[in-house]
Amino acid sequence: MSDNQGNQQGFWSRVFHLYYDGFRSMTVGKTLWLIIFIKLFIFFVVIKLLFFPNFLSTKCDTEQEKSEYVRHQLTDR
Amino acid sequence: MEELINVVDWSRAQFALTAIYHWLFVPLTLGLGIIVAVMETIYLKTKSEKWLATTKFWMTIFGVNFAIGVATGIILEFEFGTNWSNYSWFVGDIFGAPLAVEGILAFFMESTFIAVMFFGWKKVSPKFHLAATWLTAIGASLSALWILVANAWMQYPTGCEFNPATMRNEMTSFAAVALSPMAMSKFFHTVLSAWTLGGVFVCGVCGWMMLKKRNLDHCWRSLKVGAWVGVIGIVLTMITGDTSAVTVAKYQPMKLAAMEGLYKGDHGQSIVAFGILNPSKQAFDDQDPYLFDISIPYGLSFLATHDFKAFVPGIEDIINGVTYDNEGNEVNTVSYAERMERGRRLQDMLSQYDAATRSDNRLMVDSLKNAINADFKNFGYAYLDKPEEAIPNVPLTFYTFHFMVTVGGYLMLFLLLALLFVYKPNILIKAKWAKWWHILAIITIPLTYLCSASGWIVAEVGRQPWTIQDLMPNKVAISDLSAGYVQVTFWIFAVVFTALLIADIGIICKQISKKSQTDLDTVND
Repeated sequence: MSDNQGNQQGFWSRVFHLYYDGFRSMTVGKTLWLIIFIKLFIFFVVIKLLFFPNFLSTKCDTEQEKSEYVRHQLTDR
Repeated sequence: MEELINVVDWSRAQFALTAIYHWLFVPLTLGLGIIVAVMETIYLKTKSEKWLATTKFWMTIFGVNFAIGVATGIILEFEFGTNWSNYSWFVGDIFGAPLAVEGILAFFMESTFIAVMFFGWKKVSPKFHLAATWLTAIGASLSALWILVANAWMQYPTGCEFNPATMRNEMTSFAAVALSPMAMSKFFHTVLSAWTLGGVFVCGVCGWMMLKKRNLDHCWRSLKVGAWVGVIGIVLTMITGDTSAVTVAKYQPMKLAAMEGLYKGDHGQSIVAFGILNPSKQAFDDQDPYLFDISIPYGLSFLATHDFKAFVPGIEDIINGVTYDNEGNEVNTVSYAERMERGRRLQDMLSQYDAATRSDNRLMVDSLKNAINADFKNFGYAYLDKPEEAIPNVPLTFYTFHFMVTVGGYLMLFLLLALLFVYKPNILIKAKWAKWWHILAIITIPLTYLCSASGWIVAEVGRQPWTIQDLMPNKVAISDLSAGYVQVTFWIFAVVFTALLIADIGIICKQISKKSQTDLDTVND
């Protein structure tokens, strides 16, 4: 193994241990991560999927159709 | 039509709710980030374990707020795609480019360095750790920059050209968008106000700990940094507030007129220091706009133009398209009635463009594209039913503006006094009224949040009815949804965000209470 490869492995190993040891030694952080995961689940799985589709994508299939749709919205009102 | 108005109102209410909740988390992250970085710099310079303990105390609070607040802004992007789909398409890549830069910066810079900041105390060198702390703070501010650039474009659309073929605005100059006067004044005013809030937060928490007589040395160390950052923040917020006023006067005169409840402008226009608006006042009636007011002569002319004698147009002047130069000569600008006519002609041209494209008449297509872009700044006026529709909610804009300015003045005094106590602590220690000062410091925290939210209400309500200033009013920007659909998601957000806010406040208070009972003159990991 070259020195360069050794240094690279050492770097990634240090990065891994930074996160691994950091997460293991958390106290209040564990509660915060739980809140973050619950929040992201609610945002991206519940709210985004169920209530916030891309409106234009539900009406049109192509970019051309979307621009036509918006044109009608802006010229017919 | 009534259904459409309901959808507009509910969509606006939903956006306001989520934006205000999001903004409760952001300024503390921006302000405390700088404060923690300064504290760690002092620690590295002095090598004092006491400063290390103080740094770690505030870093924990910063971490709680950051974690609870992270991704709350993403909801606003959901709303753009669903509730504001015409706007989202129309705005093209102009909104997308700054938001993409923000996403990359937020993800790579903040998420990388915040890990080093919290996990790296014994893993990296002290200097590298300090660099990570500063880069986290700077990264947060840079994230805010790109969001504010996108918002500023909605207030002052520039650096773009409308393409009628795609129905999108296309960026012609990234520099013009990113460095527009509106973007710069908005960025500095907003971020520096967050420094003020961070400073006040530290003063308030220290006030509580001093009231409980806990870790007094730690409090004095914290106050030193908190008061300095707060004072620098409020002074620069006031200076950039002045720049903002000049920018608003130039690009959004209707907003400035609403901020002051000014219906008929004048040379050497006074500014209302305190006033109660006449609730029945309408544009073009003969009623006095104020039931009561205390005004400072020449104040508004100076604020808006830095010239005591300059003419500041009121709401009626702007609608009529009349203003005056410094010699008192009438200068005609375009009236709103004329802008509505021009807007409707543009709307017709857009229909003709569609027909010309279908018949493959290239000459006509090019000619119409040039004609549309030549007068595009009037496009949004096509959708107004009457000129008065372009008047924002005057009472809300007026009162929130005056609340913001009044509290801003109070914060200056409060933070200067806090700084005085830092260097002359005996004044506070010996004072019989010290307890009341500590209580005042605690009360000042929510007051500063209200002040900060008021600033955003002035900025956003004051530019109504526009989603994009002069180009697109709300009623056109909105998707063809039912009001009931938007109401459901409004209440879901109200519940979720209230729960997050309770969690944020609860965990922060618990951490402050718990940590303040330990000895903060030594390092507690």
